Amino acid sequence: MTHGVAYDLSHLLGGIILVLSFALLSQRRLDAVITLYAAQAIVLAVAASWQGWSQGVTGLYVTAAVTLAAKGVAIPSALRRIAHRLNLRRSIEPALGVFPTMVLGVAFVALAVLVVLPTTAQSQAVTREDLALALSVVLLGLLMMMTRRSALTQVIGFLSLENGLILAAISIAGLPLLVELAVAFLVLLAAIVFGVFFFRIRDRFDSLDLGHLDTVGRTHL
Amino acid sequence: MTSPGMLAEILSPPFWVVLLPLAAAICLAFVRDHRAAGWINLAAAIGTALLAARLPGQTGAGELLLVDPLSAHMAMLTASIGVIAAWFSLGYIRHEAASGRLDGWRLRQYHALFQAFLGFMLLALLSNNLGIAWVGMEAATISAVIVVGLSRTAEAVEASWKFFILCGVGIALALFGTIVLALAAIPVTGPGLPAMSWTSLALAGPRMQGSLLNLAFVFLLIGYGTKAALAPLHGWMPDAHAEGPTPVSAVLAGSIPGVALVLILRLRGLMVDNPEAISPGPPLMALGLASALLAAFSLWRRRDVKRFFAFSTIEQTGVVAFALGLGGAGATFAAMLHLTLHTLAKAAVFVCVGRAAQLKGGQRFTDIGGLGATPLGLTLAAAIVAVAGIPPFGLFASEFLVMAETIRRQPLLALPLGFALVLGGWALISRLVALSTGAPTPSIGPVVPWTSLLPAWLPLAAIILLGFAMPEALTAWFASVAGVAR
Repeated sequence: MTHGVAYDLSHLLGGIILVLSFALLSQRRLDAVITLYAAQAIVLAVAASWQGWSQGVTGLYVTAAVTLAAKGVAIPSALRRIAHRLNLRRSIEPALGVFPTMVLGVAFVALAVLVVLPTTAQSQAVTREDLALALSVVLLGLLMMMTRRSALTQVIGFLSLENGLILAAISIAGLPLLVELAVAFLVLLAAIVFGVFFFRIRDRFDSLDLGHLDTVGRTHL
Repeated sequence: MTSPGMLAEILSPPFWVVLLPLAAAICLAFVRDHRAAGWINLAAAIGTALLAARLPGQTGAGELLLVDPLSAHMAMLTASIGVIAAWFSLGYIRHEAASGRLDGWRLRQYHALFQAFLGFMLLALLSNNLGIAWVGMEAATISAVIVVGLSRTAEAVEASWKFFILCGVGIALALFGTIVLALAAIPVTGPGLPAMSWTSLALAGPRMQGSLLNLAFVFLLIGYGTKAALAPLHGWMPDAHAEGPTPVSAVLAGSIPGVALVLILRLRGLMVDNPEAISPGPPLMALGLASALLAAFSLWRRRDVKRFFAFSTIEQTGVVAFALGLGGAGATFAAMLHLTLHTLAKAAVFVCVGRAAQLKGGQRFTDIGGLGATPLGLTLAAAIVAVAGIPPFGLFASEFLVMAETIRRQPLLALPLGFALVLGGWALISRLVALSTGAPTPSIGPVVPWTSLLPAWLPLAAIILLGFAMPEALTAWFASVAGVAR
């Protein structure tokens, strides 16, 4: 196992994706959150094409193209339009402060590394470390969904979680392309459903703050 | 991605079971008349059930499909629930349309999504490929989410949002588990589709790397456990059951936990075969027991009838998961029998509850009372007694089998399990008394005719028959279903 450029570059790209996840966690302005998400998707597309080149699998270029088109361009611009139509320009109030969120985030990354590295001792180094990074991105996405109160940022947390899944899928050599295509298709479908939701929630509650939803729930045990 | 073999399988008779509802879904999206759509919906459901009934004679495994007694049985069960739901839906939707809660475009969505939901659940059950099973589950979830939100009341929007977020996270974790499982399999099965197919995974099971298999198991258990409504990830189910249109969101969606449990059961086989892997039993038993206990206590605090019965489903699913965790042929037999009978009984309950909520114009216990000796009251009483596991209904036998296996294998755990069953059954009976006796609450419609309760009588009749006598052929069939999983 030579740790050449292939290893360094895929490691670097995985690292950038993780750093962007942290940036997503700490960012409060909606515009910036959407931009960071788009940036994460673009880096993911680069990582997928790099893996396609180094593994010699043409299918991964398809993954890269779909990722770039759908998640780098289409979904962010749709989110921007929704934010504009719903007049969501103000900063978002997270349910948990930035500092505790960051501490939790670091703890989640440590957990991911501690879980993945020992279990994958027999796999290739690229796979192991990308898998650890991917699980970190998944957990940070989960954390973002838990610590944000606005429906729109919860969705971005979900979409970023799903970027982690794609990162895991591209780093494993020999995984059927079916997986990535299925994920890409379903994410698009989910994004459309989310879009419909925003307007319904907005219609019903005059806000995307899900704190309102909880009060409804409590009256209906 | 698609090989000629797979293409041939898509056109083969077993796959028609999946294709028919999906084709019907596309057609129904264009049918404007909701009465005609209701009948097409029922015809498609019956056709699917007839096709599914032929599955036991079509066993075999290909790249795409895995038809063995387990998947054939679950497909037949799901398709029968589809018939009950579609039949019930005829009258239910007529009422909803007359009351103006659902307009033309939403009724078209409703019928199309009904069939899509059914079709994707069948795809998840019959797929030989873990990735395609995942796609089926996710697509079924999205169909159900849209149906739950159809009425667009504040509660419905909240319920579908919760459903989407919780199940979305669950299904994402399941995909991570699937990817890790493929990583474990690739060194043994080689790259590509075989790394995700149940048949080649079963062959490769003993030689896979145990630690990776453990990691995959944890994610798949949490992921599909969410869909099976196992505690602590059960939060979506009561809201979804309560707020959506009852035929889809309660009757048909009652099959979703079964579909998820089948995937977990197949995974259990892989874990048991591998000498390095952890034993899948204890985590399954812990989740199952926690769900059963939590739901048994929660039952007492529910004021909404549909949420009440959703918690009862969580309790019974927990019992099934617990029995699957016990392991061994006897416990798996008991679990599959219990899952089958409970799914049928709960379908009957929700048919009655859906009718009662329409009749009384509300779905709280305070709205529905004094149903008495009307056809609706009696049918609901019979269905609740069946779910509570009281003889002569078959659920008594299946709960008895689960308890017997627990005493044999884990005597100490029989105590909390028995406690949960008694507490849950007691809650059901005390609620039954409140629903049936006392002064009738005001109704907003005419008395429900007995003909519209036929979809509830069919499953109840089957459960009573099985309570009195279990034909030998059926016992052998359940044994072969349980025999698929080790």
